Amino acid sequence: MSDTTDTGPVLAADGTPLKRSLARALRMQKMRALALIAPLLLFVLLTFILPIGDMLFRSVENSIVSETLPRTTAAVQTYDADGGEAPPESTFDALAYDLVVAAEKKVHTRVGSRLNYENAGISSLFRKAGRKVDDMGEVYLDQFVELDPAWEEPQALIALFADPSWAASAGGEDEPRFEYSSAAAEVLPGATDAYTAWARTIQTEDQDSPTKEEPWAPVYMALYHDLADNPDAASAFEGDTAARLAAAAAAIQSPEWQTMSTRDAFVDIDEDWADPEVWRTIKTYSSKYTNGYFLNAADFQKGHDGPELRPELQRIYGTLFLRTMIMSLAITVSCIVLGYPVAWILANLPSRTANVLMILVLLPFWTSLLVRTSAWKVMLQQQGVINDVLVWLGIVADNDRLVMINNQFGTIVAMTHILLPFMILPMYSVMQTINPSYLRAAKSLGATNWTAFWRVYFPQSVPGIGAGSILVFILAIGYYITPELVGGTKGVFISNRIAFHISQSLNWGLAAALGTILLVVVLLLYWAYDKIVGIDNVKLG
Amino acid sequence: MPVAQWNGTVLTLSHQERSKSATNKNINGEPDLADASNTDAFVEFERVQKSYDGETLVVKDLNLTMPKGEFLTMLGPSGSGKTTCLMMLAGFETATHGDIRLGGVSINNIPPHKRGIGMVFQNYALFPHMTIAENLSFPLEVRKLGKSEREAKVKRALDMVEMGDFGGRRPAQLSGGQQQRVALARALVFEPELVLMDEPLGALDKQLREKMQFEITHLAHQLGITTVYVTHDQTEALTMSDRVAVFNDGRIQQLAPPDQLYEEPANSFVAQFIGENNTLEGVIKEIGEGRALVQLDGGELIDAMPINVSEVGQRTRVSIRPERVEYNKERLQEGVHTLKAEVLEFIYMGDIFRTRLRVAGNDEFIIKTRNAPDQVRLQPGQQIEIGWLPEDCRALDA
Repeated sequence: MSDTTDTGPVLAADGTPLKRSLARALRMQKMRALALIAPLLLFVLLTFILPIGDMLFRSVENSIVSETLPRTTAAVQTYDADGGEAPPESTFDALAYDLVVAAEKKVHTRVGSRLNYENAGISSLFRKAGRKVDDMGEVYLDQFVELDPAWEEPQALIALFADPSWAASAGGEDEPRFEYSSAAAEVLPGATDAYTAWARTIQTEDQDSPTKEEPWAPVYMALYHDLADNPDAASAFEGDTAARLAAAAAAIQSPEWQTMSTRDAFVDIDEDWADPEVWRTIKTYSSKYTNGYFLNAADFQKGHDGPELRPELQRIYGTLFLRTMIMSLAITVSCIVLGYPVAWILANLPSRTANVLMILVLLPFWTSLLVRTSAWKVMLQQQGVINDVLVWLGIVADNDRLVMINNQFGTIVAMTHILLPFMILPMYSVMQTINPSYLRAAKSLGATNWTAFWRVYFPQSVPGIGAGSILVFILAIGYYITPELVGGTKGVFISNRIAFHISQSLNWGLAAALGTILLVVVLLLYWAYDKIVGIDNVKLG
Repeated sequence: MPVAQWNGTVLTLSHQERSKSATNKNINGEPDLADASNTDAFVEFERVQKSYDGETLVVKDLNLTMPKGEFLTMLGPSGSGKTTCLMMLAGFETATHGDIRLGGVSINNIPPHKRGIGMVFQNYALFPHMTIAENLSFPLEVRKLGKSEREAKVKRALDMVEMGDFGGRRPAQLSGGQQQRVALARALVFEPELVLMDEPLGALDKQLREKMQFEITHLAHQLGITTVYVTHDQTEALTMSDRVAVFNDGRIQQLAPPDQLYEEPANSFVAQFIGENNTLEGVIKEIGEGRALVQLDGGELIDAMPINVSEVGQRTRVSIRPERVEYNKERLQEGVHTLKAEVLEFIYMGDIFRTRLRVAGNDEFIIKTRNAPDQVRLQPGQQIEIGWLPEDCRALDA
């Protein structure tokens, strides 16, 4: 038995502190309980929590630019985007090296699309440049080969750039990943980098070996730049390689040596490459994380002096969010107005009759959502049932039929119908618990029917209204299929825009940002409801 | 000993005296003495019938007259129509036939909220979303009383039930007994002349129930309120009421003060329903003025008082209270018939002894004796002879 002396902790029979032995006793229970819910927990984690986390992460994630264009990203860091000029030649060189790799890997269009979200037109710049970038520097290639045909031979280049130990093992099956020689990296850094990028790319993309292929032109461009910077490079090498390098270095100095400008080459491909706005976009979105999607989702853009509101014609999300809120509210209110009397009747009928009527309430649940929504199309359209009846009754002229669908009215009507059970069920279950003797008591105390209802019955049914409203509002705010089908252009919700970005524009980052905002808004509303009404005042059953 | 004992000061009064004194107090307390002449018919049911389904009558031809200030209990098994009567009086059910009058005015077509009848419900029906004070204030608010007047009345009503400190609480924060008091205060706060109570003590434990029984009767008499009280608990009915209406099968079987009800049941249902009772069945052999000779089915002869039997040869059910059976030979009256009995079981119950006998083939014949110093404790298997005063043995309908 436990020790109850004043000093020290209470001990269990075996002398261990009671707290610890209690914890041990409870641990088994906890483990067993956890094991029971483990399948569900795992399921929810894999299919719900992780995808949501992934989507939330996508709303800020932006590594595609810096991963695909690492050299360019580094180069634009010093670029003055507000200077009104395109960046210097070296930045275009870096872009050429990055793009040729990206084009080989066929990812340049993805960067293009990503940047196109922020600045329309960039996508085609990247697409066009990707097609032609491997010709860039051909003028150098031709001159090097003219100087010495060995420059075209893979083995000669391997001797120059490759790590000797890699070169020894290269050529066969399962060729190891290309390793450059440290000597080359030291004296010819640009060319080694370009060659390495090429070698590794063809290894992974085409399963080719650098020992058999000749590199693409930009490598020679880099070699030219390195030799121009460091004419003594040959001294680091021996034999044929050193001789070829020395000859090339000398040739470069001659006035006949032809050079080219990558900047001009890019501008030749598309003159927009000279547009500083393009470069500003690249610089702005070169970081690994961005708030750009959120700014976009809130109708902002990154301006010269931080975030600024978009031009009026481009603002759509604010309007959509506001519309989603207002229409969800309208749907919630109409559900309360229509559902309250139904719930009241159900709660006050004998249970046999109530159960039969409850089936009618639940019937919509058992019908496909699409069928119900399509039915509303049949009902509400201009040649539809309601208009036909109104025309037949002579209330509406045949040439002046009511427009009840593909607008906000249609969305509200259809969604109210679809969400009504979610309002009725919690209200019904709460009203069922309200003893009819309360109303009798109120009447016996002198209250009229209305006073008895309003002062006594209604306050007790508020938890049901609260639960139903939260359910309906949160469901409505994220509803997609019905607004899509009957909403037209004026009656669509923010979720339709999210769906558009997910499945059509493929701007998942923006979709994620919009979704995150929606989630935060719902959580805020929930919090506000908790503060005002109190969440323990909500009864679902 | 009569079971219907009274508490405190009125203990010594007989019942008739007590109800008279209550009425007097009522009249003294009421300022409008002019009404006193009218008291004979404050609440009236005249040939009232009620049917829910159009096929069976739940209440059959009910006639009842209640003077002002009376505490009347409707007692009966469930389904006997007592609650229906109460609901008709409150206005929540309409009579299918007949007239219900309150203070001489027919209230058949007056909606419940205009009847001005206070009501205490079985589950108290305190509004859970209002505080106690708000609950009490509600009937005053709907009567459009001023704030200060409301507060004064609420306070007075709460003090009356000794709940003055609980005005700010919610009903859920109170115990069952406290809720009961509040429900009572709420039914009284707007000073109705008639208060209806529908099994108000059903949810309380025994001790609390006894305490509340006393408090409710005390309060009702003190305030001079006419009270209709519905219960299925006969002890409650006997201890609280001026008169008890025993309901069965949609009819009032007997309407009488408690002692009369207990000691002089009008028919075998009332005899069975009120208190413990021994019955023996037989045939009337001889019948005279206030005396009858009954031959039991086993051939034994006993003396009885004819109540609702009239001719020789009629079957009858003879009823005798367990505490009125005598087995001490010395105390048996001379010349009355006695019966042989065998003791089957002896139960010691503290204040009384309860002994089960076999009498004339009936194994469930109970006698009760007071635990007095000179009392003999019967042993199982003992053969004894029992008898009673002929006026304690009532020959009722079979």
